[in-house]
Amino acid sequence: MQTNRPYTASRGMSDYQLKMAFIMPTMILLILMNIFPLLWSLYLSFHRYKASMPAAPRFIGVRNYSRLLADPEIWGYFQTTAYFVVLAVAAQFFIGFGLALLLNRDFRYKGFVTTLLLLPMMLSPVVVGLFWRFILSSDNAGLLNFFLSPFLKSPIGWTTNPKVAMLAVVIVDTWMWSPFMMLIALAGLSAVPKSLYEAADVDRASAWFKFRWITLPLVSPLLLIALLFRTMDAFKMFDIVYVLTREGGPGTVTETVSMNLYKLAFRNYNTGKACAMAYILLIIIVALSNIYVKYLNRVKGEA
Amino acid sequence: MRNRKSFTHYLILVLVAVAVIVYITPIYWILATSLKGLADITTKLPKFVFEVSLENYQKLMPSDGVPGVTHLFLIEVLVGLLFFGFFSLFDVKLPSALSIRNLGLAWNAVFVLTCLYSFLTLQPLQSRFQTDARFNFLLLIFCTVIAYLLMAPFKKSNGIAPQTTRKQLLTLVLPSVFGTIAICVALANGGSKYFYQLLNSIIIGGGSTILAVGLGTLAAYAFSRFDVAGKDDLLFFILSTRMLPPVVVVIPIYLMYSALGLRDTHFGLILLYTTFNVSFAVWLMKGFIDEIPKEYEDAALVDGYSRFQTFLKVILPQSVTGIAATAVFCLITAWNEFAFALVLTEVGGRAVTAPPSITSATGSSGMDWGKIAAGTFVFLLPVAVFTFLMRNHLLRGVTFGAVKK
Repeated sequence: MQTNRPYTASRGMSDYQLKMAFIMPTMILLILMNIFPLLWSLYLSFHRYKASMPAAPRFIGVRNYSRLLADPEIWGYFQTTAYFVVLAVAAQFFIGFGLALLLNRDFRYKGFVTTLLLLPMMLSPVVVGLFWRFILSSDNAGLLNFFLSPFLKSPIGWTTNPKVAMLAVVIVDTWMWSPFMMLIALAGLSAVPKSLYEAADVDRASAWFKFRWITLPLVSPLLLIALLFRTMDAFKMFDIVYVLTREGGPGTVTETVSMNLYKLAFRNYNTGKACAMAYILLIIIVALSNIYVKYLNRVKGEA
Repeated sequence: MRNRKSFTHYLILVLVAVAVIVYITPIYWILATSLKGLADITTKLPKFVFEVSLENYQKLMPSDGVPGVTHLFLIEVLVGLLFFGFFSLFDVKLPSALSIRNLGLAWNAVFVLTCLYSFLTLQPLQSRFQTDARFNFLLLIFCTVIAYLLMAPFKKSNGIAPQTTRKQLLTLVLPSVFGTIAICVALANGGSKYFYQLLNSIIIGGGSTILAVGLGTLAAYAFSRFDVAGKDDLLFFILSTRMLPPVVVVIPIYLMYSALGLRDTHFGLILLYTTFNVSFAVWLMKGFIDEIPKEYEDAALVDGYSRFQTFLKVILPQSVTGIAATAVFCLITAWNEFAFALVLTEVGGRAVTAPPSITSATGSSGMDWGKIAAGTFVFLLPVAVFTFLMRNHLLRGVTFGAVKK
């Protein structure tokens, strides 16, 4: 990995200078634009401060945190988010893995078909999410209600009925991100050596046996990466909720933590409290991403 | 036995076809709605057979007529793509490198002249945005010249970086890409709000991509080839900045930008988008550079190149594919970004990008879904094209370069 160079460059910068010159701009940018603002918001999270008021921040200790942690509404938003994460990630996992199993064979135009299926993943969630509101409109003019109309007595108000609004968000998120699961699962499936299946065929193993004892163990490391990644991403869900159910409506049924944080910071301008809330969220995300990167490095080492 | 196997095979193909239809229907519906007249959209039941009308796209155009230069640019873009398709798709026996170079030069020259003409003739309108749009033509001329100098095969190949015919063909496509941008500039200058915002997206996305990929490539090279103290921790730190929820970071950034007067400016957004793209670029480029055999560099070092020269003359040409893939991913991320743009720009402001302005059409009860569909479709089209061009790198792109095929 590391270069062990017997010869030193006689001209130009030394390796050390070059290394520093190459790394420093990136680090300075990240520190200026990420670490410094985060420190500032840590400072503000211990203060009472409203960005819309001229009054200077007033120190109030950990009161922002204690109030947030004691507030049952906040835990409600966390519950909403967890509910969404579980539903969406599970749906994406099963649909994506199923699609990958279907696509894991040779047929004509395979590359084209796969790319077509991957298209939703690359599109802007917020712009497509807005249009999904039209597709999910509550009367029969909505495309989904039209296709479901033979099975239903009356059209479903996808984005207006509190009982199904979360399902609407899950549908859009699943449409968008199950291709992601599919892509990663497909990579795992295509890496399974064919000889294992041939050996199993010689032993007259059943299809289920081959799936359970050959496919699943070999694909699971990659699937776990995909699951972790999606969990983290779904946890941050903001865009689709913002446009599809109009900022977490109806009521607060689909208001995720990110959505609530946005409202706290930029609707109520309760900046100090929002900073405290952001830090609570941040700790959870950092813990999750720590697991993710550890795992990523392990899989990378194996591959 | 054989018969049954082929039956399952066809069953699976049918299932795949169903999946494709399900996944593509929403996108098709955007296109269909954008081509419908108002009467066909507000029906009781969705209408599948309709008369094609372009009225929704006309709503995106400037209200007082499309400027004449737009047609000129459009013709140039189409002819350029035709050239490219003719040479690359149909396996035409390629003329010598020199004649392609001359064709490329002529094509670039035509484009530059058109830009110059439109810069001189277009009258700046009485609006606070229009002069900006006009100067974009000068920027385009500059970019074209630079791009041509980078792409055109002036010298014979030196063996390390072979000049491929593909690369020469890029001299034909680049004016087409810039021509598309020029169309946006001309329409924005003509008074179209939608294209002004699209142009903002292009400027901010393009600027941040260039910066992020540039910085990212340098850092990735250092991480890939040198001993860096605490390398794994640094790399984790770089990645973790990308994992933060935008809503968390945006509160202090909002305060900072308000204090510095960077809110609703192109520079502010470029800086911010560069920050979150650079971590991605470092990780992806490190994967690509790791794959270049170290022996190439060692050979060059023995030949008396300095480290920096080695980087310029060996590593960069070898990682052109990686740089292009990384750039496209950064571009798409910046293009699609919403949360930062929503908070840091104002509706109808100077630097507002397309996503917040397309979605700000909400609010009033009667939504013009036809116009939204047209705007959405134009906005999604470049991403779809790039997705197909990048299809072999998608896996790497979405996993931060960790999973390679």
